[in-house]
Amino acid sequence: MFKSLAPPEYLATIDREKCIRCKRCIQNCGWGVYSWGGDKVLINTSKCVKCLRCYHYCPEEAIEIVDNPTRFKQNAYWGYNHLRNIKRQAETGGIPLTGMGSDLPYTILFDSLLIDACQVTNPSIDPLREPMELRTYLGKKPSSVEFEKGRDGKLKLKTKMPPQLKLSLPIIFSPMSFGSISLNAQKVLAMAAKECGILMNTGEGGLHEDLFPYRDNIIVQVASGRFGVNPDYLNAGVAVEIKIGQGAKPGIGGHLPGEKIPLEVARARMIPVGTDAISPAPQHDIYSIEDLRQLIYAIKEATNYKPVSVKIAAVHNVAAIASGIVRAGADIVYLDGFRGGTGAAPSIIRDHLGIPIEHAIAAVDDRLRQEGIRNEASIIAAGGIRSSADAAKAIALGADAVAIATAALITMGCTTCGKCYTGNCSWGITTQRPELTARLDPEVYAERLINLIHAWEHELKEILGALGINAIESLRGNRERLRGVGLDTQILDILGVKPAGR
Amino acid sequence: MNHDYQKDISGCGLTGLISRKRRRIGGADIVKSLCLMTDRGNGLGAGYAAYGIYPEFKDFYAFHIMFDEPSVRWTLEEYLKNNYHIEKIEEIPTSPVKAIPIAPLLVRYFVTPLKDKMAGDIQEADFVVNTVMKVNSEIEGAYIFSSGKNMGAFKGVGNPRDIAEFFRIEEYEGWTWTAHTRFPTNTPGWWGGAHPFTLLDWSIVHNGEISSYGINKRYLEMFGYKLTLLTDTEVAAYMLDLLIRRQGLDIPSACLVLAAPFWKKIDSLPEGEREALTALRQTYGSALLNGPFSILFGHSKGLVGINDRIKLRPLVAATKDDVTYMASEESAIRAICPAPDKVWAPRAGDPVIVNLED
Ligand code: SF4
Ligand code: SF4
Repeated sequence: MFKSLAPPEYLATIDREKCIRCKRCIQNCGWGVYSWGGDKVLINTSKCVKCLRCYHYCPEEAIEIVDNPTRFKQNAYWGYNHLRNIKRQAETGGIPLTGMGSDLPYTILFDSLLIDACQVTNPSIDPLREPMELRTYLGKKPSSVEFEKGRDGKLKLKTKMPPQLKLSLPIIFSPMSFGSISLNAQKVLAMAAKECGILMNTGEGGLHEDLFPYRDNIIVQVASGRFGVNPDYLNAGVAVEIKIGQGAKPGIGGHLPGEKIPLEVARARMIPVGTDAISPAPQHDIYSIEDLRQLIYAIKEATNYKPVSVKIAAVHNVAAIASGIVRAGADIVYLDGFRGGTGAAPSIIRDHLGIPIEHAIAAVDDRLRQEGIRNEASIIAAGGIRSSADAAKAIALGADAVAIATAALITMGCTTCGKCYTGNCSWGITTQRPELTARLDPEVYAERLINLIHAWEHELKEILGALGINAIESLRGNRERLRGVGLDTQILDILGVKPAGR
Repeated sequence: MNHDYQKDISGCGLTGLISRKRRRIGGADIVKSLCLMTDRGNGLGAGYAAYGIYPEFKDFYAFHIMFDEPSVRWTLEEYLKNNYHIEKIEEIPTSPVKAIPIAPLLVRYFVTPLKDKMAGDIQEADFVVNTVMKVNSEIEGAYIFSSGKNMGAFKGVGNPRDIAEFFRIEEYEGWTWTAHTRFPTNTPGWWGGAHPFTLLDWSIVHNGEISSYGINKRYLEMFGYKLTLLTDTEVAAYMLDLLIRRQGLDIPSACLVLAAPFWKKIDSLPEGEREALTALRQTYGSALLNGPFSILFGHSKGLVGINDRIKLRPLVAATKDDVTYMASEESAIRAICPAPDKVWAPRAGDPVIVNLED
């Protein structure tokens, strides 16, 4: 066979002195790096993706995975990725795929923003002693409310409030479909969402019956493939999301190959076993904003007016698009920045299309305020939220809540190796191979994800306390409490943030 | 977007009193009460507001205007004449005070909007608010610091005693008084920066720092307010104007917005009330004043005192006969009312609401 001219990225090595030939590495590796040679473990290192499953399960710490020191000659212009992709394309004529969010070194604005703290003139608040409120309601808010005095002299609401989604903290899980991730991974998300009082999102893979018990914590998604969509599905969660785009692949559809459509996935998606599941790039009944409006209201009619979220990729003109979406009747605008993750996307698209979420939040929040319609919809920000600090900064820039996916997968073992599109995930996350998915025990991993959410919850409370505020709504859009470090005047202006020192 | 501003931060002392029966009380009391708390300020700002002081002009808006230099006066008067009937113009009476060698030119105008200038169905109050916004943001060197009917604010750079003598406060008689001494930490003294801060009949004195300022400001901007002073007090004043005058909330509900009850408390209420308060917080989250504050706000029908929701600034209240007193310190009340009928410290977020009898 023709040997690829792209050298392996990683070298998997086994210390033969330490190895006890237990073969666990062979069982654990989803990519087939290891095989049994009769008397020792053989290694096909070109298959290694450095997901580190074998390393963690080797009882003797005999395994080492290192970046291949044999690389193309260093070149500041013709980078490793360029050469590698060209060689792969020359060999296959195809589009190199990738998974996870872009790892290219574009400026990360989150890392150039710092949060304020109180000193002397206003006291900080100790979250261990004082109440600290993170509760968040997503949905359309009226611009004012009217009351009447009840007979007992107490306030009674006259205004009819639009439906709201209650979150105990402003973090939800981003959509990930059954098909792109395993059912066990979805169960982890659902169990954690329920326990933490937040929401998970089905993505566009329909809803497996095992998730029915979690319906109070589920947003169901309608995307261009319309998989699994029927009236029961639309009503199966607390809200419906229309997916227009995804940060990692704006303007691009999806393709789940037939090999990844076993019976269970096929049933949830309502398609025949083994057929390719193709999500077209656009939704073929939405070619304009007025079409979107019709779909929003069709869904509202079908669900007795549940909140409708519209998810878009953050692109250059995101502010105007978001404004149109709000005016079209959406209750929530979900913005997905270009760093957002994916199960599979052409790397050329993932790495070069869209804009960062930080810019998008600022632009959209500003635009909706200028138009006086900020109360008409909540903003969810996603696409590279790595920590509670990123979440706090996104909220201070103007988001109502953030959505996380990669961070949640990391609690399940993911090491962001970026090979999700192969369907071989050794951690049982982005695969449907039963021997791999079986290793992801939902109970065990839900506990870890719950721990993460609780940890971020504590951190957010500490941040609020340092800021001297005790409710999340006082951080939301409060850009006065952010400062930029090393950002130029124009970016500061776009973000509406002062430079540090001012 | 106006984000590159320097926010004004200050600590302070405040005091206020009201006669429910509209008994007009001379200025001497409030001056004495405020002067007791001189150490809560640093001499860089003090002020007084009084209601019921202009009975002979009670149907006219009393514009108190300061001019950085006299020539601006003519530009301003030109503008006023085009939009208002002017009943009377006079310089605000002042006395020379050693500690105040320089002061802006201070003039008051008793005016009423010209009917034909109020295009469409614009309300009189909105017309006056627009004038205040326009003059303060567009006519350089002129600043309207009081614009209500039968009330007025008097304020400047100086300590409580000097400002009182300068404005001859003791010569006025009013049924509601508020007063304030200031400890600005970062602004050069500017007369307009002192409290009370007023808009129409609203007057606010405020002690504290609103840590939610950034979002409160942006929320108000969405409704067309221009925040030129960059102080927390300005935010509080406009917020009340928005909630009460423009959106029609009553005063107790507006207080529930500014110092919202905790969710834990809301969740424990009976259904109707719970639903009402939940909607209030959901709708007005951006109007919550978060961070330490105590505020007294006067209006044509009464006086309200309120604290932040975990009481990070002091506020004491007392009553004696028909008069209610509220101040940063109990001593400031006892200085003018040695034997009150009742003295109490209002709980965090619980407003003290006093209404004038008709
Ligand atoms: S898991 Fe470790 S000890 Fe077991 S066979 Fe593989 S390298 Fe050897
Ligand atoms: S989900 Fe699995 S395949 Fe995807 S990046 Fe994480 S470890 Fe790798």
